[in-house]
Amino acid sequence: MVEWTDFERATIQNLFSKMDYELVGPAALSRCLVVYPWTQRYFGNFGNLYNAEAITSNENVINHGKVVLHGLDRAVKNMDNIKDTYAELSLLHSEKLHVDPDNFRLLADCLTIVVASRMGSDFTGDVQAAFQKFLAVVVSSLGRQYH
Amino acid sequence: MLSKSEKALIAEIWERLAPVAEDIGSDALLRMFASYPGTKTYFAHLDISARSAHLLSHGKKIVLAIAEGAKDISQLTVTLAPLQTMHAYQLRIDPTNFKLFSHCMLVTLACHMGRDFTPVAHSAMDKFLSAFAAVLAEKYR
Repeated sequence: MVEWTDFERATIQNLFSKMDYELVGPAALSRCLVVYPWTQRYFGNFGNLYNAEAITSNENVINHGKVVLHGLDRAVKNMDNIKDTYAELSLLHSEKLHVDPDNFRLLADCLTIVVASRMGSDFTGDVQAAFQKFLAVVVSSLGRQYH
Repeated sequence: MLSKSEKALIAEIWERLAPVAEDIGSDALLRMFASYPGTKTYFAHLDISARSAHLLSHGKKIVLAIAEGAKDISQLTVTLAPLQTMHAYQLRIDPTNFKLFSHCMLVTLACHMGRDFTPVAHSAMDKFLSAFAAVLAEKYR
């Protein structure tokens, strides 16, 4: 069982209640595809991913970015049982989508950077630590059903 | 691999950051200590609380070394030779920590530069810091 301090719980609830999903989701996914180009291997049918501008303006990337970010909502609402919350999604990513679980960490890092760039100095070291801890639990849960 | 335009972008960014080396460096270090408490073990002999003299001077040292390397990336091995020796034989910091620090430096840059920390700048910076860390660890074994 993951133990959350009051500060960590409050920080996560606060961050996501203020989150602009329409902008942050697409920004995080497109950043991941730009900074770690090998992640594009999973999006062969998304069309033009030729350069940074193409990726950032790609409709499929934009829509999928929103889907992925909203995927975190269930973890935000179930912080005390993220592992079970994502059992099914983990199976999906391993059995059906065949995604290397290391990619979850890359996307999590990009999401951290996007949130940091939007919050500036409000994204303090302690807020960052709480956010990263939350994402680490999500990433670990998504990797659990891989065998 | 860094393209010519990426090298120029990196050099330009660090030239702009050198004057605030203290703030950038200490911010990145503090983030690292908060997210990765194991990294504090290397600083047991210093006062690394926020805005402490040790933290500021140490942060400044690190950023100025990175900025110096950024001026001529193709010469990293030459520029970093003395630091390579220091890290290999004296400091012996486990190189995994370089990745942790680099990540926190990227977060610091994102907070500091906001929208200017574009995906392209992020990508170039990540590649540069990875290369920097790799060169720094070259004399370890």
